[in-house]
Amino acid sequence: MSDTKLDRDVLKDIYTRTMKVAQTDEKFRSLLTQGKVAVMYYPVRGQELVSGAMMAALDADDYVVCTYRGQGEQTAKGVPADLWWAECIGKATGTCKGKGGPMHITHPDSGVMVTTGVVGSGIPIANGLAMASQNNGDGRVTVTSFGDGAANIGAFHEAMNMAQLYKLPVVFLCQNNRYGEHTAYADHTDSPTIAERAAGYGMKGVRVDGNNVEEMWAAAKEAVDRARAGEGPTLIEAMCYRMMGHFFGADFSYMPEEHLAEMQAEDPLPKLRQVMLDHQFTEEELDAIVAEIDAEIDAAVEKALEAPFPDADELRKDVFEEEIAA
Amino acid sequence: MSGQITMTEGLNQALDEAMAADDGVFCLGEDVSAKQGGGVFKITAGLTEKYGENRVRATPISETAIMGAAVGAAIAGQRPVAEIMLMNFVGVCMDQIVNHAAKLRFMSGGQTNVPLVIRTTTGVGVGFGGQHSDMLEAWFAHVAGIKVVTPSNAADAKGLLRASIDCNDPVLFIENILCYGLQSDDPGKDYRVPLGKAAIAREGTDVSLITYGRTVLDALGIAEELDKEGISVEVVDLRTIAPYDEETVLASVRKTGRAVTLHEAVKPFGTGAEISANIHEKLFNELRAPVQRVGGAFSAVPFVAALEQAWIPTKDEIVGAIKAAMDWKQ
Repeated sequence: MSDTKLDRDVLKDIYTRTMKVAQTDEKFRSLLTQGKVAVMYYPVRGQELVSGAMMAALDADDYVVCTYRGQGEQTAKGVPADLWWAECIGKATGTCKGKGGPMHITHPDSGVMVTTGVVGSGIPIANGLAMASQNNGDGRVTVTSFGDGAANIGAFHEAMNMAQLYKLPVVFLCQNNRYGEHTAYADHTDSPTIAERAAGYGMKGVRVDGNNVEEMWAAAKEAVDRARAGEGPTLIEAMCYRMMGHFFGADFSYMPEEHLAEMQAEDPLPKLRQVMLDHQFTEEELDAIVAEIDAEIDAAVEKALEAPFPDADELRKDVFEEEIAA
Repeated sequence: MSGQITMTEGLNQALDEAMAADDGVFCLGEDVSAKQGGGVFKITAGLTEKYGENRVRATPISETAIMGAAVGAAIAGQRPVAEIMLMNFVGVCMDQIVNHAAKLRFMSGGQTNVPLVIRTTTGVGVGFGGQHSDMLEAWFAHVAGIKVVTPSNAADAKGLLRASIDCNDPVLFIENILCYGLQSDDPGKDYRVPLGKAAIAREGTDVSLITYGRTVLDALGIAEELDKEGISVEVVDLRTIAPYDEETVLASVRKTGRAVTLHEAVKPFGTGAEISANIHEKLFNELRAPVQRVGGAFSAVPFVAALEQAWIPTKDEIVGAIKAAMDWKQ
């Protein structure tokens, strides 16, 4: 059995990671609104705790594969703010020298190996990272995060079957935010849950309230511990809610107002704060954590805005190992 | 170094030697392990016994999962050799090859790389019909970030596969079913043929016939015949199709003043069009005739031999193109 106890240290870790996600999201939306940056951004408002708790369950050198809505996994796993912001606005100082952008963040030093813009395609890649760990016995666990929409592409099914067949050390984290782009869950999937699909592959599947820190942590920790112990993969379906449109600025009138209001009542952030207070953290302690994160983000944004764009000769580099001719 | 090896043996030896030299090299694909007999074409025969089932992974029939796993393992520092049993099946996993394998080095700003070899086989002339016979090299040559390699003889097969496994970029390695039995002098242990280097398979002075893979054999046969008619054909075997050895191609055409491109893939939008256009751009004033192109018919590959043999570039078409170049009047 995993030790899924939610003690104060764990809570503080989850809170810090979750607030990093929340404050980064808020800052990004603010910069877009002010017109200070003009790039595609996929908000994670409403999904912060899922990333915060999942990443807290990992070791520093564990691997993550995420999607274009991956800000949560990236920042919570530890991609440095300076590098992250610079990449998101296409600067030469970014993680990927401005060649990836917000939809393709990679930072192996933090374990963030792939951010893919193709729905569901990171799932089989996560198997490969896990296969490498299994082959060379390095004990690493790979987490791949994706949405409910991704659970309907072929790669999901192929990868689930393969991961279970080989008992790969991988965790499949489905963030069921109730929308696949602009299509509501019930309009793209008739099976009541994604988690129950795991049984079809002989895999363990769990569905949890992704707005509840106890449930989310317990599922994350247990799945990571199982993977590391060689007991194979787990499919976690974390129920959450995408409180905004598919991308920032997109119309989301298709999301029923009454449902939105209902989901806002489930907002993970005030709920998490209450749990922190229940565990004898003070308002001041929590505010201090947020203030520190904000200061780090502000400094990173300022630096990123001033940084240079990449030179045109970058087009010839990184296509192949050897630079290609001009 | 002694005796002869077949292409099948050369490929098997390249895998064996690479796996022995580097623990990170592993094979995966449908039917590849000992339990299934070492692959449909036996290229991986004997490897499970030596390296175990983790390093010779027989997979479900799941091309996307195979290719995704290969990409993931490669960015984690391993050197997977993924087998896609027949080239037409790459269509099933194009996302993983084109959007991921080929682009991750660039999109990550060089932080990750994908030292992956995709081995696949194809070939017209065995009656496999429309969904098991296509040469699709041009699809991949058009994508920045992936190398495309195909051998025309057993020694090259061994040396090119070994070099492909060494390569830190993804390589699509195309084997032609009809070439598996070809024999070469055994090039010995740890033999490598560098990627990106063409071979002059036969020297000549009148016309350069630029080709790769199985059609190199056709080219060599035709060159022998035309020699008797007084036409001296230089056969250039590209070996690496993308990025191809432009220097060797241009040097050959500069010498002969005439060029014909030949490939098994359909002619429209094929690699012959790219090579031809490049020769015209670089050597227009030195050409004694426009570059001629020969390729497969623009239809699916037919099943019945009578049609299949007409589909593949025929001897008449190849000779016709060479003579058209020779007879061209300015």
